[in-house]
Amino acid sequence: MFKRIATSRKARLSFDFEGHRLEAEDGDTVAAALLLAGERVLRSTAVSASERGPFCLMGVCFECLVEIDGIPNRQACMVKVLPGMRVRRQRGAARVGST
Amino acid sequence: MAVQHADTIVVGGGLVGAAISYGLAKIGQGVIVLDEGDVAFRASRGNFGLVWVQSKGDGMPEYARWTRRSADLWPEFAGELAGETGVSPHYYKAGGVHTCLSEEELQARTNLIERMRQVHGPERYEARVLDRRELAEMLPGLGEAVIGGSWSPHDGHASPLHLLRALHAGLLQGRGRYHADARVTAIARDGSGYRVTTAAGVFAAERVVLAAGLANRALAPMVGLSAPVSPLKGQILVTERAATVLPMPTAFVRQTEEGTFLMGDSYEDSGFDTASRPNVMAEIARRAARTFPFLRKLQVVRAWAALRVMSGDGFPIYEQSRTHPGAFVVNCHSGVTLAGAHALALAPMIARGRLDEAFAAFSAGRFDVQAHRDVA
Repeated sequence: MFKRIATSRKARLSFDFEGHRLEAEDGDTVAAALLLAGERVLRSTAVSASERGPFCLMGVCFECLVEIDGIPNRQACMVKVLPGMRVRRQRGAARVGST
Repeated sequence: MAVQHADTIVVGGGLVGAAISYGLAKIGQGVIVLDEGDVAFRASRGNFGLVWVQSKGDGMPEYARWTRRSADLWPEFAGELAGETGVSPHYYKAGGVHTCLSEEELQARTNLIERMRQVHGPERYEARVLDRRELAEMLPGLGEAVIGGSWSPHDGHASPLHLLRALHAGLLQGRGRYHADARVTAIARDGSGYRVTTAAGVFAAERVVLAAGLANRALAPMVGLSAPVSPLKGQILVTERAATVLPMPTAFVRQTEEGTFLMGDSYEDSGFDTASRPNVMAEIARRAARTFPFLRKLQVVRAWAALRVMSGDGFPIYEQSRTHPGAFVVNCHSGVTLAGAHALALAPMIARGRLDEAFAAFSAGRFDVQAHRDVA
């Protein structure tokens, strides 16, 4: 669905999404890299568990929330991919304190 | 503009004024609530939301008993309020914990709990000091830094904002009327009652209740009373929402119905300043994160400060005027805890025009000394 609009000579890097290895370019946001990889559902809502994905891509709508390296509710559109980053879908409300 | 009449005028539309007005409307009284407007300091909007018994009234047994009476009334009060208005104040009598991070804190707490046990009576009080292991069983994710604390089954919490909204809805369902932007400029005798002049018109009633928080200081002398209250700033931080993990509130951290964590309990004597300040915010966050380390994973989404309405000894003021029959002053810094008693126990006393004898202890006369009468 999404294509990168310009070829670049930026460094390639890989990260983990739900246990799968995905590729990104240096400077990509987590949301952009996931959309490019065809991932459209990044979270389920806390109230009805309905599916959500990136919408505004500018830090406003909070629809792209993911868990990054164990920290819940990160905005995927506001965080740049780093090598080896571990990203998971945010399923419902953040769970803290019980583990 | 025609003068509007009612049985009672309540000056102040915050938690204290609204709870009294709701209680009056509930027993069929006509009530006019005069609210200053959004320029007011609005302590009710900044409240942490505890319904707290275990430590209230150290040094004043009447206040300890009044607080407990309110906590005992809260379940009935919250149920009726939600039933009548459809707005739940999200009250939970879940018990409450005060956590201690050092031996000094725990020793001071142990001494306090023992004093309060004497005040309430051992059978009735039921609060006790718990060690780390007991607390860890009650509170998931409790930090290693917590060495012990105290717990009371009579404590709980509620949403101050939902409570305020429910009280306003409830008073409007009865014979209550609310007027915003009605800053009071004068109170004068009018036959057997009073005429109150405001920025929103003139109102008249048989009785006047001053429940205007810090503004009571200027209003009380208009009816022969005094309200020597001062602001004591408190700051609060709130996190993003998370799945429910805390089964009960603590004095410093509580998880709301919506899932956010409130962190607070700072005390600053800095006049009428209501700004959030990084040094105090950092101290609040540090204590909260030591108490519940999982909070480090959550983002703080809002912070605010509000002004407690404090008397010289920290206890409430309830007084009826000797020179102006039917005029009352009410000041406290526990608008949530005392809401049950204000609505269901205080309002009927005001409706009949007389406080119970035991309320003499809450008179502002206790701040007077012979050499300095009526010191501001």
